[in-house]
Amino acid sequence: MPETSPILDVDGLTTVLTGSKTTILENVSFSLRAGEVLGVVGESGSGKSMLALAMMGLLPKAIRTASGRISLDGEDLIRLPADQWREKRGRDLAMIFQEPMTALNPVMRVGAQVEEVLRRRRGLSSSQARKVAIDLFHQVEIPSAEARLKSYPHEMSGGMRQRVMIAMAFAADARLLIADEPTTALDVTVQAQILDLLRKLQKERGLALLFITHDLGVIADIADTVLVLYAGRVAEVAPVRQIFDDPQHPYTKALIASIPKIEGPRDRLVTIEGNVPTVGTMPRGCRYAPRCPYRRDICETEAPPLRPVTQGQKVACLQPFGFPQLQEEAFL
Amino acid sequence: MKVESSNLGISRANPAWQTLSRLFHNRSFMIGMSLVVLIAVIAVFADLLSPYDPLRNSFRTRLRPPDATFWFGTDHFGRDILSRVIHGARISLMIGLMTALLTGVVGTLVGATAGFFRALDNPIMRLMDALMAFPAILLAITVAAVLGASVTNVVIALAVATTPHTARIVRASVLTVREREFVEAARALGATDLRLLFRHVIPNTFGPLIVRLTYVFATAILAEAALSFIGVGPPPPAPSFGSIIAQGRDFIAEAPWITIFPGLAIMISVLGLNLLGDGLRDVLDPRMRV
Amino acid sequence: MSSFLAKRLAGALVVLALVSMMSFAIIWLVPGDPTAAFLDTSATPEQVARLRRELGLDKPILVQMVDWYGRVLRGDLGHSILLNRSVTAAILERLPVTLSLTGFALVLALIGGIAAGIVAAVNHNRWPDQLVMTVALFGLSVPDFWLGIMLILVLAVQFGLFPTGGYIPLGDDPFGWMRSIIMPAATLAIIQVGFIARMTRASMLEVLNQDFIRTADAKGLKRAEIMLRHGLPNALVPILTVGGIVAGALLGGAVIVEQVFSIPGVGRLIIGGILSRDYPVIQGGLLFLAVIYLMVNLAVDVLYAVADPRVRLE
Repeated sequence: MPETSPILDVDGLTTVLTGSKTTILENVSFSLRAGEVLGVVGESGSGKSMLALAMMGLLPKAIRTASGRISLDGEDLIRLPADQWREKRGRDLAMIFQEPMTALNPVMRVGAQVEEVLRRRRGLSSSQARKVAIDLFHQVEIPSAEARLKSYPHEMSGGMRQRVMIAMAFAADARLLIADEPTTALDVTVQAQILDLLRKLQKERGLALLFITHDLGVIADIADTVLVLYAGRVAEVAPVRQIFDDPQHPYTKALIASIPKIEGPRDRLVTIEGNVPTVGTMPRGCRYAPRCPYRRDICETEAPPLRPVTQGQKVACLQPFGFPQLQEEAFL
Repeated sequence: MKVESSNLGISRANPAWQTLSRLFHNRSFMIGMSLVVLIAVIAVFADLLSPYDPLRNSFRTRLRPPDATFWFGTDHFGRDILSRVIHGARISLMIGLMTALLTGVVGTLVGATAGFFRALDNPIMRLMDALMAFPAILLAITVAAVLGASVTNVVIALAVATTPHTARIVRASVLTVREREFVEAARALGATDLRLLFRHVIPNTFGPLIVRLTYVFATAILAEAALSFIGVGPPPPAPSFGSIIAQGRDFIAEAPWITIFPGLAIMISVLGLNLLGDGLRDVLDPRMRV
Repeated sequence: MSSFLAKRLAGALVVLALVSMMSFAIIWLVPGDPTAAFLDTSATPEQVARLRRELGLDKPILVQMVDWYGRVLRGDLGHSILLNRSVTAAILERLPVTLSLTGFALVLALIGGIAAGIVAAVNHNRWPDQLVMTVALFGLSVPDFWLGIMLILVLAVQFGLFPTGGYIPLGDDPFGWMRSIIMPAATLAIIQVGFIARMTRASMLEVLNQDFIRTADAKGLKRAEIMLRHGLPNALVPILTVGGIVAGALLGGAVIVEQVFSIPGVGRLIIGGILSRDYPVIQGGLLFLAVIYLMVNLAVDVLYAVADPRVRLE
């Protein structure tokens, strides 16, 4: 895959609570090419939503980016003035949120909310915007698209609203789409439909997709590469097959072990003992150490660096299984 | 739990202590409290603080502008405005306080009855709606005028105008409180309706009520002044903020100080109460934050 | 939507019936005989009896009530003893004055209050916010009639910019009307500006924290677009609901302000009636203002349904 240069290249991204040294995301790096899907997985509290918001430049006021680079087509967004980053949003980068119930403006017709992007960001006239909006509604498979433009969000089901969100995200022809748990709030059957739709549109448009979820089953379905986030740090990055066939980080292992064996409803991850440490109570060394069955003394004092173990696979653990030599290096 | 806390005395975990501590860290509350205490002290010690007799006429000193002798000047009867404003604080604050208390009692009874006894809810609240359809100040003026000029009648008139909204607020909190577990538990233990209402429901509506009554206090001071201005306020000769302004109006061009100073006194008192109310609301009734 | 409005209309009619009863019942509050206010002690029993008959006080209370309702439904609010003319005619003659005063004040208050509230919310916890909130608090704490007197003192007496009082009808002289109405309207508006600004700010702050604002931000809309297209329309819904309160406060304030500026409106008529115990004027005037208030609130309900599509489902 290294034939094309990445659309998105994140390097050493660190975000902190404003006015403190408490890190929310620490030294997160990854890159994403056109047509590629990167799945970001982690429990709630792992910082995955903050990662999405950091890409968009929409971090809450209490959190700021302390260091690192977010390069979009080689241009560092963090160094960009706020209004230029704003210009990128909705045109080069788009985002789909978790809660379709609240993410749409309740007093505005859904058609107008889609057309707004077309008119404001692509400079279409009202009548052009209207045609394109109908077309987009067809693409996201909203039945009787033309009539539906006039609906208000509360008149639609959750799945339909999420389709509107998707139409909105695609309206500006963004090349990078960030989807933050887009199916979590939906029924299981609707989840599958929305996932299929996203994958279809992503393929058709050759879109780079950053897909955030806590659900490894969904990741297996959609992602090319998987990034496992734990307490704000990258635990492991690997092609999707390797994550499932040969997980290296104890946390990844535990995550995979927690997938229900029989096909059934995909529930939240609950089977790993303990909780993600909360902001302010971070362990000094490896943040997974308190929950890790393979923990050693050194894990509690040394933060493990992210190192490559095989082709395309990187892991942040002082003792990856089957690679004892790395453990020795760590002492050098 | 009770035993523990009495062993420990007033501990930091005590909810009342926590509420107080949050109040003392609330800027609005502290500024408002200071102003209100200041005015209240002036009102209580009016006799000691006022330099002259507020009622003594003196032709020689009439319409004197503010100077070293008469800080706030004098009116057309030669009475010292500073002394009148100080004594006015007494009457205005008393009317405000009594109105708040009367409104609190009647509003709680009416609102709690409507919220607690379902059958009475609709008739009572429609009646309150009807009262609220009249402009409050006009209702107060009418009632005061019809009943005749006296401090008590002014208080009654103001309470008539402020009770409906208060009853509505009490009713709303009663509706939420009556669904809470401890009310169900008390009911299951065989408490009568009246006991439930007075022992369990009403005490739990005090937060929003206290906030509301602070604003009623402020409104009553403003309204008393308006009543005096119209000529249906507390009867002379005892001055209230409003009656001093009303008398000064005819001399506005040649002796504006008669009007200016009591107006400022009203503003400071009402400002203090509004700040106090804002602070109390932040702490006691955070849902109502405006 | 129609069922929502039908319910509100039915509620308003019940309240209207009660309001009308209360307006009438004012006369029962009078200690002693209401006629005593009009006749001095030297009046003969025949004179008293005639006045009682004129006021309808000689009939049983229930009959008086039925009579009152019957007359009110025909639009007849009785006969003013002091003006010696129909109360309805007297009110209608003065209505345009009061409506133009309160209407002008409402426009000023809404524009000022909403703008100030938005500025405060957008600059949350920074100096423009603190400035707006401080000024708003002063606005809420100043007595309206005193503010009016101060405006007269400074703008009319000191600088002679406006007349000290009186009213020039819009039809006679539009410029004169403006000059005569601007101080009273500003007096009324300043107090409401504080209230509306506080409401708008609170409502905006709540809306700006909601998910769809982030969505609008993710679309790359400009900050002003987000505020005006997504923030304000949502924030207006709760602001509308206080529109009724503001209307009531303006009508009440007009009663006082008309007095300060010697404006011959409905409020001044009623105050005159109150001070001279002219009961038909008091009863009719109270009822009339209450009806206006109820109509404004019905209109607010309609606007509410227009502003928030979710309400229409109820």
